[in-house]
Parts: sequence; structure tokens; C-alpha cells
Amino acid sequence: MESSRKRRVHGMLKLYYGMNEEGKAAEQAKSLDPCDINGPHFDHEVFLNKLRRECSLAELMDQETCMVKQIRSLDSDMQTLVYENYNKFISATDTIRKMKNDFKKMEDEMDGLSANMAAITDFSASISGTLQDQHAQITKLSGVHTLLRKLQFLFELPARLNKCLELQAFAQAVRSHRRARCVLQQYSHLPSFKGIQDDCHAIMDKLAQELRQKFRDGGSSAKDLSECVELLLQLDEPAEELCDKFLSHARSRLELELQALEAEITPCPSASAVKDPPARRLPSAAAAGSPTDNLPKTGATPSPTSNTDILEFIDRGCNEFVSSLCLVITSYQELFITHAQTGELASKNIPQMASAKLNAFVDDLAARYFSLVERRIQEEKGVGDNSLLVRALDRFHRRLQAVTKLLPGSAVAHRGTEIVMRAATERVKQYLSALQSFYMDSLTDVRQALATPRLAGASGPGGGAHFGGAAASGRDAPTSLPELLSSLSASILNQIKSVLASVHLFTAKDITFSNKPYFKGEFCSQGVRESLVVNFIKFVCQSSRQFCDNAGDKGGSTPPALLLLLSRLCLDYETSTITYILTLTDEQFLVQHHSPVTPVTTLCAEAREAAQKLLNHYVKVQGLIISQMLRKSVETRDWVNTIEPRNVRAVMKRVVEDTTSIDVQVGLLYEEGVRKAHSSDSSKRTFSVYSSSRQQARYAASYTPSAPMDTNLLSNIHKLFSERIDIFSSVEFNKVSVITGIIKISLKTFLECVRLRTFGRFGLQQIQVDCHYLQMYLWRFVSDENLVHFLLDEIVGSSAHRCLDPAPMEQSVIEVICERG
Amino acid sequence: MEDDAPVIYGLEFQARALTAQTAETDAIRFLVGTQSLKFDNQIHIIDFDDENNIINKNVLLHRAGEIWHIGASPADKAVLTTCYNKTSDSRVVSCAAVWRMPSDWETGSNESPDDSAHNPQTLELLCHLDDGAHSNAACVLWEPMGDGKRVISLADNHALLWDLQESSTQATVSSSATLEGKGQLKFTSGKWSPHHNCSQLATANDTAIRGWDLRSMSQIYCIENAHGQLVRDLDFNPNRQYYLASCGDDCKVKFWDVRNVQEPVKTLEEHSHWVWSVRYNHSHDQLVLTASSDSRLILSNMVSISSEPFGHLVDDEELSEGEENHHEDNAPLWSLPIRPLTPPVRTVRGLDTAYRTPPGCNLTL
Repeated sequence: MESSRKRRVHGMLKLYYGMNEEGKAAEQAKSLDPCDINGPHFDHEVFLNKLRRECSLAELMDQETCMVKQIRSLDSDMQTLVYENYNKFISATDTIRKMKNDFKKMEDEMDGLSANMAAITDFSASISGTLQDQHAQITKLSGVHTLLRKLQFLFELPARLNKCLELQAFAQAVRSHRRARCVLQQYSHLPSFKGIQDDCHAIMDKLAQELRQKFRDGGSSAKDLSECVELLLQLDEPAEELCDKFLSHARSRLELELQALEAEITPCPSASAVKDPPARRLPSAAAAGSPTDNLPKTGATPSPTSNTDILEFIDRGCNEFVSSLCLVITSYQELFITHAQTGELASKNIPQMASAKLNAFVDDLAARYFSLVERRIQEEKGVGDNSLLVRALDRFHRRLQAVTKLLPGSAVAHRGTEIVMRAATERVKQYLSALQSFYMDSLTDVRQALATPRLAGASGPGGGAHFGGAAASGRDAPTSLPELLSSLSASILNQIKSVLASVHLFTAKDITFSNKPYFKGEFCSQGVRESLVVNFIKFVCQSSRQFCDNAGDKGGSTPPALLLLLSRLCLDYETSTITYILTLTDEQFLVQHHSPVTPVTTLCAEAREAAQKLLNHYVKVQGLIISQMLRKSVETRDWVNTIEPRNVRAVMKRVVEDTTSIDVQVGLLYEEGVRKAHSSDSSKRTFSVYSSSRQQARYAASYTPSAPMDTNLLSNIHKLFSERIDIFSSVEFNKVSVITGIIKISLKTFLECVRLRTFGRFGLQQIQVDCHYLQMYLWRFVSDENLVHFLLDEIVGSSAHRCLDPAPMEQSVIEVICERG
Repeated sequence: MEDDAPVIYGLEFQARALTAQTAETDAIRFLVGTQSLKFDNQIHIIDFDDENNIINKNVLLHRAGEIWHIGASPADKAVLTTCYNKTSDSRVVSCAAVWRMPSDWETGSNESPDDSAHNPQTLELLCHLDDGAHSNAACVLWEPMGDGKRVISLADNHALLWDLQESSTQATVSSSATLEGKGQLKFTSGKWSPHHNCSQLATANDTAIRGWDLRSMSQIYCIENAHGQLVRDLDFNPNRQYYLASCGDDCKVKFWDVRNVQEPVKTLEEHSHWVWSVRYNHSHDQLVLTASSDSRLILSNMVSISSEPFGHLVDDEELSEGEENHHEDNAPLWSLPIRPLTPPVRTVRGLDTAYRTPPGCNLTL
């Protein structure tokens, strides 16, 4: 409150002094008003006039009181301000006066200081003048002393060198000699120095000899060796020769290690394989905890050709070969490259020469090492424990990084990565074939389960580990079909998942090579997605199609139920499984599609085509089985001399039975499907009346000799307008369509066979009975019952036509016979 | 030819037997045998005049029974064989016989066609192919390009080679071969090979195809399971001596090289029901005609296994349809649906000169 008041007062003062130059447009506009008492353009005349004119007396009085109050408060404000500023001004004056006094004192002190400094300078000059002579003498004396010490060193040098040689302190000898060498060289024209120099040379030659000998023996450790080389280099030995020697020593040692490695690979005689197993089982048992251990049995045992598992092998390779190699590289670089660069040797292009030699050396040995590693990896056939391989490859790759760090220009790392890539690709291929063989094995199991449905329960736990569930409930064959399907599809899916999980190890974050572009891109899209998953799906479709092609001629080498099951499997693949698997893959591997990949729709189309083909084939096979039955029954009978029909032929009952069981079988896997609506009226009775009336008309026509052509023509015209029936046509994916297809094939066969025979009166009647029986039972299976009616009509019509004495049976009698069964 | 309307000839009875008369070189002539259980059966002689696009017909009576197979002599155009069913005493017997057409059938018909239809002349029986021991003849085959003196009849499981003497009035069995095996074996069809000096015969029984050497009457090859179901018909490639076409109830048409019978050279699956009959075109062996009970007749162009796989010997006009000339294999040149006017007429047997005949002419017989 107080502060706001103050600000207002300030503002007013400012206004009064015309300091308001911020130029706010609004304010200016407002302040132009001459009646604004606070504005700069205030005109008291105008204001007063205005007041007088506009206001009443009371208001004027109020206005005046207000004004007086304001004036009074403004006056008091002004007074306060004046007092405050006056106080400040007084204290400022005091401060200035005080400063003036202090400065005067300081000036006096400064004058004293400069006088003292001048005195000190004079003293110093006089002291140095007196000491000049003595200092020169001391310098000279110390110079003489040094010279004498050097001379003594020179004279003692041969003896010292000899002693060093005796004590094998080569390093010290070389150091001493180096120190003396230049001096001796310079003063060699003096006979005494010459003698010393010669002595030294002789000794040093001997020393060099000894060093070389030691170097050549090579038995000494790497450290000794490098010391040797260092000394020799200092003795001006030719560097190139030394490089070669050093490398050849290193090579012989590394080659020993390589040979040891190779011994691990070469197939061992069975003796060692026999005595070793307990030792070998151990690691694989230890690895059983890993997620991949539920893979096929093939993977459970380590590859029999090698003693050690791959991880152990790579470990040995890394620890022995790669680390020795690194050691060699480091010491070599220190000796020939780093040292040479600093020393006088740099001029001779030694670093370049030396590093070229080193590169060649490393490449050569690394190539041999790689070939060994590759051979070992190739032996890794079992797809069991992928984590072991991945870990081995990871270690292999990681350790090569060290070499790369030491030797930036080398191709080693690149080629190492290539090996890893090849191994990964190879592994993916192995997984594909493992999946394929798993699939075929599963199919064999299914086939067995189908063939021995009743024994499956009794055959015990040994029979098919994958289909334990199916075997348990396999007492009743039909009920097990959907279970077989679901267990088959579940086990395949599980297998795919576990394979994906195994392959996924290659791209795990903690694996060093997983961030290589190959493993991020191509491996995921081309390797895993295309060549593993997509190829497997294609394989499934293709092998399904093969069932259709092969089995065609040999007459059902594939059980029809298997065809049906596979067809449903393929259909399921089309509707959901393929999408699921591919999505799973894409998610797990974060596939980035650089190159075009097979789209889901193509695979789905392929699966659907396979499913269609299988189902068509199923219809064909089942149709042909029933056809065969009908054909034999028609061909083997003497239809002219048959007796009067008393019951339905057994084969017809069999046909109905078989159709019923097929209907049940298909119903287990496929949906019902649509059939043309038939009311409850369209039972057999209504139908038989209808059909019999038609038949009657036809028989009447065919044995009335008067006008055979006319009636034939009528029936033919009728046929022209009825729908043409495609017998072996494609079926839809539902039960009704499948059964319709089978019945069509069977009845068409029946028709064609009847047309090849000649019938007596009772033969015709038997056919009538049979057809009626079929009518009674078959119409319920098909999508359009008129189809059955039409075909059966044709059969009866044709047999009437082929009849010597066409006297049809009474409809009621037929019905009685059929009811009786 | 494309402009011409199809030529249709209707029979009053159902028919299953048809052959071309190969001895007749001047006219395009077919013989058709009818099947009727109640009336006298007929042999229709159909001449097709491809210049005027008309048909001339003559009818001869075949009173012996319904005709299941018909064959024309390659040497004498008046001689033919039939296999027929005779019904007597409620027994049906299949017989085979050699017949001669009456010499004046042609003149009679030309003068008054109506008259001939009402009073048809009867075939003259030359001899029965019956030695008393074997019955149920399935078909009779003439020696191709022979002098009309030798025929083979297939009866049950026997193949009988007959010599016809005294101008075909006497027939004697000169040799025979018997099919042996489990069950009741029965020849269903056969073909006398025109190659190897006419010394080979191919027969079909159930799903197997067998080749026979006529000199020794011994089996020379056997294609077990040639078709998944019954084999219905065979034909030899007229130009390539080892090539054979077969068809059957598995809806397939297969081409075989009899030197290697493990696998068919080619398989066609165009039909959707039993294939009853297969024929090579006599001049252009890439053209194969098949007839099926799916009511379709398919002409296929099999260039790759023809005698001139790379040649262009077929000019479009001769392809009878004038449609595009596919040199691609398996592409049906045309496929023609047959309306089941008279239902049992399905097999069109012996379309030996089919390429010269407009399809409408004989398909709707």
C-alpha cells in the first residue's frame, strides 16, 4: 500500500517535470484533454468554466473539498522527498572530504618506497662485481673435472665391457658402448683412443655374436627375445633381417598352437570317442537349462566327430592362438615400428617395411586359423544347442576385435565377420531342414495314429512323444481327428517358435556381431524370414501337393483321412497361421525390408491352393473307393437272369454306411456349409412319389412301340433345360460340398456302368429298389437334393432303357422292401 | 470351313460304335452301329461331302443284335466286322462276325432315299469269328494297312489271331495268346500297331496295358497301373513307333514310350470324367482327340512329343477349326461340350480322319 502510494507520487512528480516521454499513445490521447487535471495540457480556465457550467453547488463544494485534500497530500509528499534527498547529499559531502585526507597520507609512503629500492639496486651491483672472478674459475675447474671423468670412463671401457659380457649384462654393455661410440669415433686419429676403440669393437662384435646366437636359438621367452632384438637393433643390425627372423620364430610357435587346434578337429579314432563320453556329456547336460533344449533329438548329442564342443574349441583358439598372436603383434610393433619411428632408424623406411611384413604374416596365419575354425563350425551339424554356437561365434568375433585394434589395416576382422555370417546362414539352413524333417516325422506319426487308432492307446508312452495327447484319446479314431490336427499344428508352431528363438540368439544385444549391418538387415529379412520361415511354409504346401500327385496312380497310398487333415491344416494356415508366424518373425527380428520379400498374401494363396487341391483329391479318392464298389457290383452280376428283388443289395447299404462315416469324418474338421433349403416336407415320401411318377411316364414311353421317338424327345428336351452336372469339380471348404462331390462321383459311375449292361425284368426292378434305397438315405448329405434325384432318375431311366422286358416294380412294393432294410 | 454350319445327323437309336472306312479313299465315310434291344439294329453309312458340306446316309440292317464295336476292313470297303450282343432265351451272348455290305446299297439309296430308309437292305454274313471255345468278344481289330486277311479278336482273356480265307467266308484261328493271372482277367480294349511290320499288339485289361509280339504270341511289355482306374482305350502314334496314347477312368490321357514304361512321357488332365476314347490324327500326330463322359471332346496339340517337334507342318486351315494355332503343349485346341441329346451316345470311336471333318458333323451323331 505504502509502496504503491509512493510510486503514484513519483509518477505525478515525473509528470509534473515533464519526464513522461515514453510516449504511450493512449496516455497522450487522454492527456490532450484540457480538463484532465493531471494532464500536461490542463487549462484551469476551461476546467473551472466547465465545472461551473456542469455541476451543482453541492457538487462544486465536494469537488473543492476533494481538491483541497489532494493539494494537501501532494504538498506533504513533496516535503518528505526534499527531506530525504537533503540527508543523502549531506552524507556524500562527508565521504568526499574523508577520501581527500587518506590520499595525501598514501603519497608520502610511496615516496619512501622508491628511495629504498634505489639503494638495494646499488648494493646488488657492487656484490656481483666482486664475485665475478671466482665464478669463472669454478666453472673452468668443473669443466676439467668432467673431461677427466669422461677420459677415465673411456680408458676403463674395454674392461667394463668385458665384465658385462662375462655377467651377461648385455643391455648395460650396449648402453655403455653407445655412450662412448661417438667420442671414440671423433678422436680416433689419436693413437691411444684408437686402441680403445679397437678393443671396444672387438668386444662388441663378440657381444653381437652372442646375442645373435641367443636370438637364433629361440628357446627364450618372448620377452627375452624382444630384448635381444632391441639390443641388436641398437647395434645397427639390419632391421629387415631381424624382422624376418622375429616373425619366423613367432610363426613356428604359433604354428605349434595351430597344430594343437587341428588335432582337435581331425576325426578321432573311436577309442578316444569311447573313453571320452562322460566328459563330453557334461557340458551338454549343463546346457540343458537353456531354452533350446526341447529341440529334436538329433541335437541332444554333440557331434560325434569332435572331442570338445565348439565353445571349448573356440576358447582354446582364442586363448592360445589369438592371444599369442596379439602378443607377437604388440612386441613386434613396439620393436620395429614405434621405436624405429622415434629413433634414427626412421629414415630408412623401416616402419613401412616392417608393417608390410607384419600384415602379410598376420594374414597368412589368420587365414589358416580361419580355415580351421570354419572346418570346426561345419562339423557343428546338430541343431540342438544353438546358444553354444552363438556364444562360441561371439567369443571368436570379440577376440578378433583385439587383433583389429592392434592392426587397423588388417582384413582379419572383416573375414572373421564373414565366417560368422556364413556360419549363421548355414545354421539357418540346418534349421530349415530340421523343421522339414520334423514336419515329415510328424506326418508319419499322424499316419501311424490314423492307421492304428485303437492300438495307439495301448502302445504305451513310447509311441510318439509329440502326439501323446492324441495317443491317449486315440481309442476312437474319428474323435481323435481334430485332436490330431490341433496337436500337429501346435507342435509345428511350437517347433517354429523354438527355432525362431534359437535363431534369435544371433541378434541378441550382448552379442558383438549382432550390430553388424548384415545381422541387422539381410540376416533377418533374407535369412530368417525368407529362407527359414517362408521356405518352410512353402515346403508344407508343396509336400501337401505332392500327396495329391503321387497318390493318384497308386490308388490311395495316402490314407484319405490324412488328406483331409492336411487340407484343413493348409486352410488354417491360410486363414491365420501364416499371418501369425510372419508377424511373430517380423516382431522378433524387427525385420527391415531392404529387398523385396514374399508377401503374406502370396503364401496364403499358395496355402489355399494346396488346401483346395488336397480337398479335391480327398473327394476324388473317397469317390473312387465308393465308385469301385459300385462298378464291381454292377459288372459282376448277371442282370438278365436275376431273381425278383426281395431286399436291397448289401453293396448299397455299404455305400450308405461309408458315406455316413465319411460325413462324420469330414464333419469333424469342416463346417456344415450351406445347402439349398429343403422343407421338412421334402422327405423321402414326397420325393419318391414325384420321381416315381416321372419314371412311370418314361417306362410307359419306352415300351409303347407306337411312338418311341416322341417320348424320347420329350425326356431329352427336359434334359436340355436341366443343369449340367460337373462331376469332378472343385469343392468348397465345407462338409456339404465335400460329400456332394463324393456322391456325385459315385452316382455318375453307377450310371455309366448301368449303361454298359443289359437287364432283365428283375434286374431293372433290383436297380429300382437300390436307387430308392439310395434316395432315402443320400439326400440329407448333399447341398441340393435335386442333384441326387436327377442322377438316380438317370440311373433308373437308363437301366429301363437297357432292359429287355421293362416292367417296373410297384412303388409301394419298392417302399416296403426298402423300409424293411 | 469356318463359315459352314455344323452338320448334324440324327440316329433313331442309341449308338456306341463308330469307325472310319479306311479302304474308301475317295469319300469321307463313317460307319455307325446302333444299340437297340427291341428293334432291329442298323449300320449307318455316312458320307460327308466336305465341298458342299452335306451328308449322305445309307442304312443297312444288322439283325443279329446290338452293336458294341465296329471295324472296317482296310482292304475291301464292303467288308466290316462287328461285335454284338445276342439275346436269346434270356441269355446275353457277345459274338463277333465278319459281314459284307450288299453290292447295290449305294445305287439304291441314290435313287430313292426315302425308300431305302423304309426298306433297308440287310448285311450279308460272311463268317462268325467263333471257334466254339471262346466267347464274349470285346473288340475285333483288322491288320492295319493289311490285305484284309487277318483280324484279331479279344475275347475274355484271350487274344485270337484269325486268318480269313475264301474271300473271308472262312475263319480259322492261327494262333492265340492268353492272359494269365489272378482273378477274372478280361481284355477291355486293344490296338494293332501299324509299326514293326504289324507284328505287335497292345491290349488293355483293368488298369494295365500289355504289349504282345504276334509272331510268338508272347508278352513283350507290361505297364502295370498305367491308369489309376480302368483303361478304356489306346492308340498308337502313326509316325513314332514306340509312342502310345492311353486313356481311362481316372480322367487322364497318358502318353507312353514303350521302351521305358516306368513313367508316362506326358499326362493330360483336361477331362472331368472318364475318358472313353483317344485317337491320333493319322497325318499330323501332334493332334490328339479325346472323348469323355464329361460330355466333352478335346483336341490337343502335343507338339513336343510329335514326330516333328519343331516343325510347322500344320497350316491353320487344316486345323479344321481355324482357331489360333497353339504350339504350346497341353493347351486344348478346342474343347466342345456335347449336349446329352441321346444319353448313351458318348463314345465316338474311330475318328481316324477327324481333322478333315468339321466337328459338328460327327459329334452330335
